[in-house]
Amino acid sequence: MTLHRAPWFWAWVAAFAAFLATWSMSAGGGGGAALAVAALTFGSFSVLTGLGQMLVITMGPGNTDLSIPATMTLAGTLSLKLMGGMDGGAVTVLAGLLSALLIGMGVGIANFALIRLLRIPPIIATLSASFLYQSLAIWSNRGLRIKPPPALAEFTTGRDLLGVPNLAWVALAISMGFWVLLNLSGFGRRVSAIGQNARAARLAGVPVARVSAATYVICAMMAALTGFLLACFSGGAALNMGAEFLLMSIAVTVIGGSSIAGGNSNVPGIWAGALFMYLIVSMLNSYGLGAGVRLLSTGVIIIAIVAVASGRKAKP
Amino acid sequence: MVSGDTEAGARAAPVVMLEGASKSFGALKAMDHVDLHVSPGESLGLVGHNGAGKSTLVNLITGLFAPSAGRVSYPGASDHRMAGIRAISQEGTLCPNLTVLENLQVVQRDLNGWGWRRVAARRIRTALDAVFPGHRIRPDMLVADMSLAESQMVEIAIGFAEGPIPARLVVLDEPTSSLDAQVSAQLLAHIRRFCAAGGAAIFISHMLGEVFAVADRIVVMRDGRIIADRPTSGFSRQGLVDAMGHVADDRNQPGPTAQARNLGDTVLRTPEGIEARRGEIVGLAGLAGHGQAEALARFYLSQGSDWRSTARPSAVFVAGDRRRDGVMPVWSIRRNLTLAALETLTRHGLIDRAAETAIGTDWQKRIGIRTPDMGNPILSLSGGNQQKVLFARALATSAPVVVMDDPMRGVDIGTKTEVYDMIRHEAAQGRTFLWYSTEMDEILNCDRVFVFRDGAISAELEGPRITEENILAASFEFGDAA
Amino acid sequence: MRLINPRLALPILSLAILIVAVFWLQPRAMSYVGINLLFNLAVPIALATVAQMIIIMVNDIDLSMGAFVSLVACITAAILPGNPALGALMLLGCVLAYAALGALIEARQLPAIVVTLGMSFVWGGAGVLILPSPGGTSPVWLTAIMKAKPPLVPMAIIASLLIAGVAHLLIMRSAFGVRLRALGGNARAVSRAGRSTVRLRAMAYAVAGCFAVLAGMALVGLTTSGDANIALRYTLLSIAGVILGGGEFTGGRVSPIGAVIGALTLTLAGSFLSFLRLSPDWQIGAQGAILILVLAARLLVRQAEKRT
Repeated sequence: MTLHRAPWFWAWVAAFAAFLATWSMSAGGGGGAALAVAALTFGSFSVLTGLGQMLVITMGPGNTDLSIPATMTLAGTLSLKLMGGMDGGAVTVLAGLLSALLIGMGVGIANFALIRLLRIPPIIATLSASFLYQSLAIWSNRGLRIKPPPALAEFTTGRDLLGVPNLAWVALAISMGFWVLLNLSGFGRRVSAIGQNARAARLAGVPVARVSAATYVICAMMAALTGFLLACFSGGAALNMGAEFLLMSIAVTVIGGSSIAGGNSNVPGIWAGALFMYLIVSMLNSYGLGAGVRLLSTGVIIIAIVAVASGRKAKP
Repeated sequence: MVSGDTEAGARAAPVVMLEGASKSFGALKAMDHVDLHVSPGESLGLVGHNGAGKSTLVNLITGLFAPSAGRVSYPGASDHRMAGIRAISQEGTLCPNLTVLENLQVVQRDLNGWGWRRVAARRIRTALDAVFPGHRIRPDMLVADMSLAESQMVEIAIGFAEGPIPARLVVLDEPTSSLDAQVSAQLLAHIRRFCAAGGAAIFISHMLGEVFAVADRIVVMRDGRIIADRPTSGFSRQGLVDAMGHVADDRNQPGPTAQARNLGDTVLRTPEGIEARRGEIVGLAGLAGHGQAEALARFYLSQGSDWRSTARPSAVFVAGDRRRDGVMPVWSIRRNLTLAALETLTRHGLIDRAAETAIGTDWQKRIGIRTPDMGNPILSLSGGNQQKVLFARALATSAPVVVMDDPMRGVDIGTKTEVYDMIRHEAAQGRTFLWYSTEMDEILNCDRVFVFRDGAISAELEGPRITEENILAASFEFGDAA
Repeated sequence: MRLINPRLALPILSLAILIVAVFWLQPRAMSYVGINLLFNLAVPIALATVAQMIIIMVNDIDLSMGAFVSLVACITAAILPGNPALGALMLLGCVLAYAALGALIEARQLPAIVVTLGMSFVWGGAGVLILPSPGGTSPVWLTAIMKAKPPLVPMAIIASLLIAGVAHLLIMRSAFGVRLRALGGNARAVSRAGRSTVRLRAMAYAVAGCFAVLAGMALVGLTTSGDANIALRYTLLSIAGVILGGGEFTGGRVSPIGAVIGALTLTLAGSFLSFLRLSPDWQIGAQGAILILVLAARLLVRQAEKRT
């Protein structure tokens, strides 16, 4: 396969172009390294949520998890609350991480149970459940801002290896795990089969319910992990901390070359999409454009990419 | 019953004329040089077995398809709509979320502005009263709340209803499939009245009694051609069945399959009454859409689970509608082939690529998939080769029962022969095949045949009793229209 | 024709129970002023719910409803009072943008969730550009309408009845509405009858856009100022209202009267929960829970129907 045919190639080209454009705009062009570090750090959060969303979207039309922001908030809030009452050692960190992942698992199971038992579209199930998660987070938080243990705060903001942010290393390692899962494992094969044609997959012996359940659980766990890391990174959980990651997770999936028609996923593209989205925003910032233009162009870019990349002609 | 009106009508310009009309779908020639005129006042019966080209003919007349070659014209009108061609199809063209009169509005464009409901209600009520006197359908009833028979009656009434362009030719494809005898008789009487008043009708039914009762001319189709076109009085019932079959064609004598093998114990029984022994090839026959595919799907789904996957499935499925039920369009040939056997290829959750390649190469050789590279996309293959991949997908598992949902639809004869050999070979090894087929020569090659009609088994044939004549006789209903 | 649709029985019953419960908790609400207060905010929600219902009716879902209503509120509060012509033109542009969206979704067969989610950023961005910080004023005539005090019956009730009536006539009774519902019921039948599905979907989106514009204007008429985030919760509220009102997600089976009842029920549920002194933390969650409960109840009813 030639390089420029790879689905993620053009996403990377776009990300690089956005990097150059932003860099040239920033004063004297000296901020290249700082820009790269910022892009990698903030991009990591988009990558982590994007990976989970990509898995769900790969299962085909109608499959989208809208509860990602609420799950992030809930996991971030509760895990920090738990760690706030402990001594701050290694056990604390482990307990916090585990509790976040368990919350993710619970959310995923709840989401899938709603979809399956109430036989409602995944969008409606995850949307309505997300409001319950959001309320749960508000109620447990009570407006208090609990600081993360210092070790975790240092880790999430640090650059301990080769000057690359620790978060980027974490995201990279998990991305590789997803790559293996999607490309080499039987599970990934089955997710892709369901996304291409769920009926044909069932007729070929794919356990559709089990695979979908696992997919929603993994997606929620990724959101919970991101919420945990983001809360530690920004010095505490905030109630709206997940808000931008709903569209972001879908956007990086689509920009990265995964098909919204399902069946086709793409891990390297997620990185390109995440970096591109961050860099576009900072580019617009460096042009001195305000939040309005930023939001507007984000939306336009996403719709344009979706319309061009995944549209097919209406059936006659 | 040739009436005097028909002769008078024949002198008027035809409503629709087909001149050398052909239609192909890819390599498949669904209709081949058909000449047909339908004149006002004529009531035409159209009969033929599966794949004879009836639906293609109907779709050409009703303007859904354009012919690949030849001409379809409507003398005196620019297109099928202006010509007053109405179609009542099998697949349901009603919107279930609308009421009866609202459904009329979907097809009749002049129902607009103030008071359109009154006009629509009057038109549909008049039509219903005329066709089905004593019906209990109200124009403001929701289609979703009605029984199957009632919604079919509505669909028929819409076909005959008064509209901006009056109905001149109504095409009815199996219109009585969910109507009871009394209501069917009302419909037949109405068609006769409609034609006597100068309308034309094309009537398709598996109830030959109805065709004889309503048609004054019968057209028999086979293999995309019209092979007989005579006044009804020129046919006898038996002659009609014979005309539909390949009487003179002894190319497909039943093979000595069953005799050559020892069949084992009965390995499966379905609620519909299908039975099969170990190593047996069991055919499900009958006209398409009479419950065979549903029976197969129910059986297959009852064998597996939505939650568990197993390396030793008890049944596998070979799809006939490749796009809907079989092919994974994004994947390579190899991945498509190994999907059902995935569980045997995974170690610790990861797929053993070497083993997968080996299976792919092995089956490429055994079933003859024509491609330079099994890593090519599945869609690069011809339809017949895609079908072979789906066969290989099933046969690559260890499942003792293979369920086949008319898999040879639109496949070339060369591929068919190869696959038949494969099936015989596998059956000799002790696999059981449940084979729904719409092709007579395939059914004739089975050890035992269940013929379906109206969702139930109408005949069970075995050995020498498996003949085209017996199968056709069981597929069509001979009873007189009430 | 049938006067009472059986599908409306459940929505009407739940609204009635809720009204009784509220009056029982808060007898003072049983007055002209009290009723007006209870239902005032229901007017924009009802309009937004009808808009969402039209989108759901053609088998799509609009995740940008809240952002769009907010944008309309910004235009109404910031531009309409000072420059009525420009404001009207912009609102017209909003409706046309909705129509274009519908055409794009049908012509390219795009998933409506992704497109509308993207559009929610576009509307939000445009809202911030027009009105960077909360403020503006309501046009005098608009406030006069929204805060009018007709004799005997409070404005909120009259407005709700009016919305339900107009939407019912347009969607359920007119020939135009039948064509739009046919698109949701059986798109194949529609294109077989020779009609353009792209045009129909564009029209459905345009009508939805009109109702959403009215929702934004009504909201400004009540609050007398605009904000780019003022109506974000309308996305969930409108979807919940449609479902509460007996609408289905697919198949074009919706009810405009039900949708308005659903919107009234949701508004009242908010007041009821605050009368119960339920912590405001749980207000959002309660809406999600109500939606899930309604869906579960409906599933049970349907299964019971199937068994009989």
